[in-house]
Amino acid sequence: MRRSLSVALKALLRSACSLVALACCSASPALAALDAGAVSQLASEDSEEKIAAIRRLAETGDPAAVRVLQALEADALQVAGGKVVLLDGGRVLDAATGQEIATPLEDPEGITVNNRVRRVLAGALAGLRLVDPDRRVRLAAAEELAAGPRPDAAPLLARALQEESDRQIRPLLALALAQANLTSPDPAVRLSAVKALGASSHPAVERLLARLLDEGAEPDAAVRSEARSSLRSVQLRVTAGDILARVFSGLSLGSILLLVALGLAITYGVMGVINMAHGELLMIGAYASYGMQVLFARWFPRALDWYVLAAIPVAFAAAALAGALIERAVIRHLYGRPLETLLATWGLSLLLIQSARVVFGAQNVGVGNPSWMSGGVEIVAGAVLPWNRIVIVGFSLAVLALVWFLLNRTRLGMFVRAVTQNRAMAGCVGVPTGRLDTLAFALGAGMAGLGGVALSQIANVGPDMGQAYIVDSFMVVVLGGVGQLAGAVGAALGLGVVTKFLEGWAGAVIAKILVLVFVIAFIQKRPQGLFALKGRLADD
Amino acid sequence: MDATAAPPTAPPRLAFDGEPGPPRPPRPLGLMPGRAWLALGVFGVMALGVVPALHLFTPRDSALHVSDYAVTVGGKIMCYAIVAVAMDLVWGYGGILSLGHGLFFALGGYTFGMYLMRSIGRDGVYQADLPDFMVFLDWEALPWFWRGTDHAAWALALVVLVPATVAFAFGVFAFRSRIRGVYFSIITQALTYAAMLLFFRNETGFGGNNGFTDFKRVLGHPITAPATRVVLFMLTALALALTLLLARFLVTSRFGRVLAAIRDAESRAMFLGYDPLWYKLFVWTLSAALCGVAGALYVPQVGIINPSEMSPASSIEIAIWVAVGGRGTLVGAVAGAALVNLAKSWFTVAFPEFWLFFLGLLFIVVTLLLPEGVVGLGWRFARRRGTP
Repeated sequence: MRRSLSVALKALLRSACSLVALACCSASPALAALDAGAVSQLASEDSEEKIAAIRRLAETGDPAAVRVLQALEADALQVAGGKVVLLDGGRVLDAATGQEIATPLEDPEGITVNNRVRRVLAGALAGLRLVDPDRRVRLAAAEELAAGPRPDAAPLLARALQEESDRQIRPLLALALAQANLTSPDPAVRLSAVKALGASSHPAVERLLARLLDEGAEPDAAVRSEARSSLRSVQLRVTAGDILARVFSGLSLGSILLLVALGLAITYGVMGVINMAHGELLMIGAYASYGMQVLFARWFPRALDWYVLAAIPVAFAAAALAGALIERAVIRHLYGRPLETLLATWGLSLLLIQSARVVFGAQNVGVGNPSWMSGGVEIVAGAVLPWNRIVIVGFSLAVLALVWFLLNRTRLGMFVRAVTQNRAMAGCVGVPTGRLDTLAFALGAGMAGLGGVALSQIANVGPDMGQAYIVDSFMVVVLGGVGQLAGAVGAALGLGVVTKFLEGWAGAVIAKILVLVFVIAFIQKRPQGLFALKGRLADD
Repeated sequence: MDATAAPPTAPPRLAFDGEPGPPRPPRPLGLMPGRAWLALGVFGVMALGVVPALHLFTPRDSALHVSDYAVTVGGKIMCYAIVAVAMDLVWGYGGILSLGHGLFFALGGYTFGMYLMRSIGRDGVYQADLPDFMVFLDWEALPWFWRGTDHAAWALALVVLVPATVAFAFGVFAFRSRIRGVYFSIITQALTYAAMLLFFRNETGFGGNNGFTDFKRVLGHPITAPATRVVLFMLTALALALTLLLARFLVTSRFGRVLAAIRDAESRAMFLGYDPLWYKLFVWTLSAALCGVAGALYVPQVGIINPSEMSPASSIEIAIWVAVGGRGTLVGAVAGAALVNLAKSWFTVAFPEFWLFFLGLLFIVVTLLLPEGVVGLGWRFARRRGTP
């Protein structure tokens, strides 16, 4: 509420400001007087003279000068009777004073701008845009100047850098200035420019510095050695940022896999049931968060940002309910026949997918990030950690902690562990194994629902969404071993990070295949998974 | 399945050929009961005589005419039936549920498809020596694995060798470390999934997601001519009959008994001195090779092969064919493949949006209520009526 108020206030202020600005403009059509000598020099026949005049005008940073130079670029500056005039729509203004000239001109003549002059002009205008009050204009200008060296813009850049306070524009300006200074004939200036580049994280810097290592490009040995050390520090930072970004995206993939695999691990651990419809429980969770979004947009539009929080319990309940129904209706009757269970749950998954298609349509539905989850944190340049992924990693850790608590610190958890270890014995000492199966299955399904909420924030929500994760999450269960939280965690995060690194190295498809080969090779060595239960486990 | 989830109920008893019964006549006639031979004979007459004759020699508007569509669907279903029998061998008799048999089917299809692509010659869209998709990708020469595929004999050898090699290599690793049950199923599913991703890539050299299509001729004969179609149909019928006989021979042999023993109690069979590895590996590899043959027969009749044949969904459908028919019966696999695919053909035309509902329900109903499939149901009825 307070937030929206402040937003409204800001908007009001902004529009007021622009109104004032507009009023100022219309109140004084006459621009402040410029250096008349420089303006008339623009009309000179000699290109050198013209360029000098452009530079003189540009250095003033005066809005009137900007206007004249823009007119020159647009071929709207003319000479008539020794006077430089500016054509503005139907009006004719004196370029130096900005006064309107009422008397018709005698044979006006355009000012020719050849390519060399035009280049200087464009650079000067870009430099002038650097002091524009509009942040976007400044950013665009800074980007343009940072793209290549502009020796003539150096003084302007230095001045703009002093005045600029925007965190996004400043590094660009520093980069552009350093690039401009690199072309300076003075080695000391070049040296300081190279040093400055060493602190920049712009992707272009690496190439720029690498070029300086060549003796032909840089005669001064001190500058060359400085360039080498700057290059090293830049490369180090780029590599570190890259690795960090990879590890993080691996962790975020791993945390999704973990959410999916936690549920699978519970159901498989307790009941030995491979639930092929697990991915569809995920889908139910995702559609539940879509439903909450629709509900909030319709009834509580002001609290729309918090629909995700409301979606968490709803998705858990919806998926858990579906899980309990599935267990009661189908899986209960198939205990001890794991292969048939697998086929029946596959049938269930087909039913659920087709039902979702009928109810919600075959197209993906749009689930938006709340505003507090959009954007990201820039750790180092080039490595932005998006908020939604950070939240998901935190969320899955929280769910993990909850599951750990549930399994290890509650009576229900004790029963679950007892049944996992020895079903018959647990039944003998009074554990209600039948009811427990339903509860455990509902719990596992609820986990999938939570995974669905998380997934809805970063992936498409559609009827087929569960299918994409099911193979991977089974790999996690296979790798992690049965009924082992530590195994599931290690396998999920490990697979996530390894997959992301392989993807960077060999592409997504080859990475998937390599991971599969790795899993097959791994269970050669440890058929019981990462953390095998110790002791004798008879099979059959 | 380990002790962490001991079965509270015993698994349903499957058909087991070691059960005592009336003495049988010596082989080869003793391979099957007389009625089975009769059925096979009827099938042979229909598939090798009646259908081809009705397709080729009756006028198009005659009531007796068998249409192009019917012949193609029939051929397709017989290909599926071969796959189903191969699946029944590993699942019904070996207890190995493969969710990746679509891979072997597709590999057979792709290898024969390579031959079909090569025999298009310069009749493709780009009139080049290379297959169209390679011209499109701007490739200069055939990749090494395409070498020799313009010879039908080599292509036919590959049809068996490629799936069998893949299956053998995978099987050695999987069976040696005693991966089985649902673990094995999941890993086979991942295998076919990975292969599908691989074949979707253009760089793999198999036409990317379009696969192979636009075939012109097979062994020099135009591929769309009625005579070619009929010959392919008859070859498929022959292959199906031979597959059935081979499978029947295997499961009634000593090998089949040991295989069933391993299925029912692997540890016990091991302690009795049988090494499950080679039994499983043999039946697994054979099954893959049979799937390859089916794929090779399928491609010229249907006219297209693409990576979607390798999707986990189509592989798991194979399992439901066998489950519907009744596993461990061989004939059930054929019946199941025919029933499910006829239903699919009908649904996808009449009620496309209900097909997945039907298929999903089929999975559940069959596993819950029909553990022995329709063939088992039929036998039970027959037994109740008192007929042998």
